[in-house]
Amino acid sequence: MKVAQKSIKFFTIALIALFSATIFASGSDKKHDNQNDGGRVNTKEEVEAYILHHIKDSHDFSLYSYTGDDGERHHLGFPLPIILWTSEGLVTFMSSEFHHNDDGHVIVEKKGLKFAKVHSKILELDKGAATVSFDETHHATNAHKVLDFSITKSVVGILLIGLLMIFWFSRLAKQYKTKKVPTGFSRVLEPLVLYVRDEIARPNIGDKHYRKFTGYLLTVFFFIWLLNVLGLTPFGFNVTGQIAVTTCLAIFTLLVYTFSGNKGYWMHMLWMPGVPVLIRPVLAIIELAGALLIKPFSLLVRLFANITAGHIVVMSLIAIMFTLKETMGVVGATFLSAVLSFLIILIEVLVAFLQAYIFTMLSALFIGMAVEDHAEAH
Amino acid sequence: MYNLIGAGLVVIGAGIGLGQIGGKAMEGIARQPEATGKIQTAMIIVAALLEGLAFGALILGKG
Repeated sequence: MKVAQKSIKFFTIALIALFSATIFASGSDKKHDNQNDGGRVNTKEEVEAYILHHIKDSHDFSLYSYTGDDGERHHLGFPLPIILWTSEGLVTFMSSEFHHNDDGHVIVEKKGLKFAKVHSKILELDKGAATVSFDETHHATNAHKVLDFSITKSVVGILLIGLLMIFWFSRLAKQYKTKKVPTGFSRVLEPLVLYVRDEIARPNIGDKHYRKFTGYLLTVFFFIWLLNVLGLTPFGFNVTGQIAVTTCLAIFTLLVYTFSGNKGYWMHMLWMPGVPVLIRPVLAIIELAGALLIKPFSLLVRLFANITAGHIVVMSLIAIMFTLKETMGVVGATFLSAVLSFLIILIEVLVAFLQAYIFTMLSALFIGMAVEDHAEAH
Repeated sequence: MYNLIGAGLVVIGAGIGLGQIGGKAMEGIARQPEATGKIQTAMIIVAALLEGLAFGALILGKG
């Protein structure tokens, strides 16, 4: 009983810490870095530009920026390494050399090549060009993209969560050797592990095969869930809202269920038994499109769109305090935005779990379809 | 302009669909409370599929 009380207490403290952290986010977000004037957000256009800037990945980690007594913008945060594969080979430097500039005015020269950062993309200037020139649609005319292997903010988030997962789960595994009941944070993880195994993997894949895939499903579940929760903290991560990340996860699921499919699965996909022969090729096209395109596409779009939409909604509600400042007064607009963003963040905590659950659940469902026994049919 | 109207129509459709799923699941649970777990799982899966469709329409409509 005492143990249960203690874990509830821990959980409550963790929840309160999480929520106070997200409230801190709404307080500090307004002073974030902005590509137009170094961080000030007042008009609707600036709010929109700022939100779109947040949704994208960035090359530096900026927490907070303010105007000092000398009238200059100061940025709190730390630079991240930029790793490029250019026409001259590997080029590395720190993102601080761009001085938080995002419209191509600051040129960095390395190995005789010139680089500029435009809308979070690093461009290599053509030979002989000194500055980036743009056409009417704001596309650079004398610069081209390079292969970018930089440690961006999202990569930092993925590495952070990956290391935390290795640490937490190896500790959880070790505790089973010495103790009967895991202690500390492992006690939060254990029921979730059991939940994924008993409620997601076993019923969807079947008793015979589920053990083989539980490892993959657990990894995917905790990876998505922890990154979703990380996205709600004030550090401005938006990892599962990057379409590249969700595409990768969907491709993993695609590979798992494609390569674990048994004879019956391929038979039903390519040469459906029990229907007239003339219809079989038509069905094969539909089945192939469903298995190779539609299933992974729906997986990746759902996660990406949910998390991105969630971030946009939270930040739009925070932006109420700027957009409604004239009509409602500073206090009224701030109060309204604080209440609304608090409530929507509560929903986002639920969505963070739900999306991880749904991704894992559908992965398990697709794997289950691939490995189920078709012998008893027909 | 038209893509936005289309996206709006899809969202209306998705709203009707979600209402149907939720309502029918409630009915099912009221009739057979012992099957709550299974009904909830199926409900969430169908809702997720529908949601994927609606979000896809939103993204295509905005682009």
